[in-house]
Parts: sequence; structure tokens; C-alpha cells
Amino acid sequence: MPKAKAKFSGRLQMQEIDVHLNEGTVQWNGSVDSSNYTWDPPISGTVYGTLLNYQGALDQMEDALHQDPYKSPPKAPILYIKPKNTITGNQTVIPMPEDVSELEVGACLGLVIGEKASRVSEDEAMSYIEGYTIVNDISVPHESVFRPAVKHKSRDGFCPAGPWIVERDDVPTPDNLTIRVYVNGECKQENHTGNLVRSVAQLLSDVTEFMTLEKGDTLLVGIPENPPRVKDGDQIRIDIEQVGVLENKVKKEAAVGGIRL
Amino acid sequence: MKTARVAFQGGIYKATEHSEGIQLDNGQQVAEEEVVWLPPIEPQTSFALGLNYFDHASELSFNAPEEPLVFLKGPNTFVGHRGKTYRPSDVTHMHYECELAVVIGREAKNVKKEDAYSYISGYTIANDYAVRDYLENYYRPNLRVKNRDHCTPIGPWLVDAAEVQDPMNLALRTYVNGELVQEGSTKDMIFDIPELVEYLSSFMTLSPGDLILTGTPKGTVDTKVGDEVITEIVGLGRLVNTITGEPS
Repeated sequence: MPKAKAKFSGRLQMQEIDVHLNEGTVQWNGSVDSSNYTWDPPISGTVYGTLLNYQGALDQMEDALHQDPYKSPPKAPILYIKPKNTITGNQTVIPMPEDVSELEVGACLGLVIGEKASRVSEDEAMSYIEGYTIVNDISVPHESVFRPAVKHKSRDGFCPAGPWIVERDDVPTPDNLTIRVYVNGECKQENHTGNLVRSVAQLLSDVTEFMTLEKGDTLLVGIPENPPRVKDGDQIRIDIEQVGVLENKVKKEAAVGGIRL
Repeated sequence: MKTARVAFQGGIYKATEHSEGIQLDNGQQVAEEEVVWLPPIEPQTSFALGLNYFDHASELSFNAPEEPLVFLKGPNTFVGHRGKTYRPSDVTHMHYECELAVVIGREAKNVKKEDAYSYISGYTIANDYAVRDYLENYYRPNLRVKNRDHCTPIGPWLVDAAEVQDPMNLALRTYVNGELVQEGSTKDMIFDIPELVEYLSSFMTLSPGDLILTGTPKGTVDTKVGDEVITEIVGLGRLVNTITGEPS
């Protein structure tokens, strides 16, 4: 039974819980009814995303990788930041801005860092991970990845995360996890972390070669190709094997007043 | 009011200017060399602008952008006054960028430029180093160029907004080993401070402690290990940094 850390709403500290993934229940201090709880995001540090780290996503760019403006395929990991105004928890509403009609779901495995990681080797990398969470890296759809996509990725509430952080040792093979995205109950995307360009350990090693990850930071391993699009009213469910299920609903920003739910 | 954050004899203090040096918030007066200077704020969401001065854009052979070219920085990249910044041994072009840094003082969403200054609590100086060898054309400028550890010196002082009469008319200068190498004025920004606050707050909520580095004018040249780089903004102070070959 996987152990996890969660933050129930209304409490200052985090809770250590047991997760029953098959039953969809959790246990904390004897209670097993997860409907008793609402969830705050279990993460608190900086969230870094990784661009084009699924082989399928890279392959879709094909010749463009060699043409203007890109000129050559990426060499080192290409990262971006999901700032604090984007971070929300499980079961929150994702505000759909007035100026867009569709959003893109970014189903990401999140590596939560357990110890300051600077220039770590691939062999040692796993020991710097505290655990794994699910992150929905929402974007306003955009074709070009030449310039930083701050306007597309940094809107309020665009980064639901959770519900919890499953402890590292309860996910022995993070490079072998199935990821499924359901929209209104229908499976719209299925991929597998076996398709990562850089494996979990290699990504951590290559990123910490040029910047330090602090305890509590979260590194997203990437968004699989063909991310589903969602509209006002859609229910999104991201299911990552051995980690859990993250659910959120899309609603027009005017209806929810931005991030303040 | 100018305030700094410093470490002294194992404690962390706020500090202010004093005729003999600086004064800690416990009343103690010390020389500025006796303390370790920390970034004057703990930056929250940190934006930086690329190509926001006409002369720098043309220096890099880019047309002026039609929309602000914004990227984000993480907390790992900031380092205080008199800090050191690592230059990897394989690098051929690492340049400083003297920038006016704007600190947000209260929550801001859908702010009109006419009201923008009332959301700003203060200003400081940033040196937004870039390691051009690592530029890639994906989310350019990519984090490997712009978000390296301690690659963004900031400080020494947070200067209250009320003390900066015209932030759009401040002289910026950079000196390398005492020689003037970069000179410009904030009046030459393409997107000025009110426009940047309006732009960013049009699609996301800004919060107290968020930081906007507003870009750099022309005159960015390579620096070497051992160089002392001073970025200066008249009225705000002089931010000293030294390039080191020792990884931070």
C-alpha cells in the first residue's frame, strides 16, 4: 500500500496517508473515506516544466527542428517555469480565460525533489527524489516554441497538482508508468513514461548540471504528444499508474472569478 | 528609504544606510564589508524582459518585438551584492546586463497603465548575466542561458518607490574592472514600466514580492574569470559582482 504525503484543506501541516489506489480511498488516522477531504496542492517550491521530452512530441516536429527559427534539435533540456499563481490542488476549477475557447491538457509526472540537487550523476539521481505527483500543465494552445510561452502557460490556476506525493520507493520504476487522460469520462490520451527522451534519472542529472533544484521543487518530465483539448464545462481526469488520479473541471474565468474559487 | 537584507555574525537583519556604513535593525552600526549582502527581497515570481531597449535589440540583430518578450527566473539564480557568479571553463561569451528591477507591492490583475505605479513598492538593480554559448532556439532565451545558479546578482538596496521620482529616466552604467562598458537610460525602454505591469497583469495575477527585470541597453561584452562587474543605476546604487571559475 503506497505511502504518500498530502495537504488536506484547512490544515497548516502536511499529512502522511496510505493510498488505496484500486479502491480510490485513503487512510489517515484510521479514516478511509476520501470524500471527507478536500485537497490543497501538496507542493510548495518552484515548478519547472520540460519541453519536448516525449519522443513522439519531438518526432512530430520532424523537419521543423532543422529549419528556422529552430535551426537544430534541442541539445540540453529546455525548461520553463509554472509560477505560483498557476498552482492549485485536486478538484479545483481551471479558469478558462475570456480570450480563448480551448485549453490544452498537459498530463505530467512530477518529480518532487527531496534534497538540494546540484550536479547530480545519473546513478545518484533517484536518491534526490522525495516522491511523485500528478501535474496538469495547462496551456493556451500555441504552435511555436521559439519564444517563452509565459502568456500561454502562466495564467491563474493553470497548474493543478496532486492530490498527493507518493513516496519514491513506492514507485520503483518511474520510467515504466502508463498515463491516461480522460475528458468527461472518455479516454482521450494514453502514453507511457517509457517514451521519455530523457529518462527520469537522466533528466535530473542533465538539469542539475546547469541549475540547482531545491528541496520541495517539482520537475515535470514532459507532456506527451497530442495533448487533448478541453472546453468550458469539461471534466479532466489524469490517471498515472502507481501515483493516482488528478481531477479538475474547466469553467469560464468570469464564472469562477479567476483563481479565487 | 533604502533597505537591504544582510547576514552578520550568523543572524539575518534588515539594514539601512548610515553615515559610517550601514545600520542593522537591532541598532548596531557596521561597515558594509563586514556583512554578507543578501538579495534585498526574496523574489517571488520573477519576470525578465528580452530585447526591451531599441539599441540592444539591434546590437543582437533583432527587430524590436511587437509584444514584450518575457521569460521567468527561479529563486536559484539570485545572489546578493558582492556575490560571485560562476563562469564555466568552456564558455566563450558570458555578458552582464544592467537592469532596473521593479518590485510589485500589492496584488495586481487587469491593471491599466495609468494606475500601474500604485502597484509598485520599490526598485533595485539586477545584473541579468547571459551565457550565450548555451542559447538554443526553444523558449529562447532558455533557462540554461538565463537561470543558472547565482547568475542574477540583485541589490544592494531596495529603494522605496516614493524615493524614485522618475523611474523612466534613470541612467544605467556598467563598469568592468573600473572601465565604463555599458551606458544607457531607462527612457529608452521599448515597453515602459506601466506598459509591462499592464501587459503582465492582463493575463495573470501579480503578487507582492513579484519582480520584473526590465531589460538592458546596448553595450554587453564578454567577461572573464576574475572580472569585477559593477552595475549602477543612478539614485539606486552600485551592485558589485565578481566572476569566478569556482562552481557555486
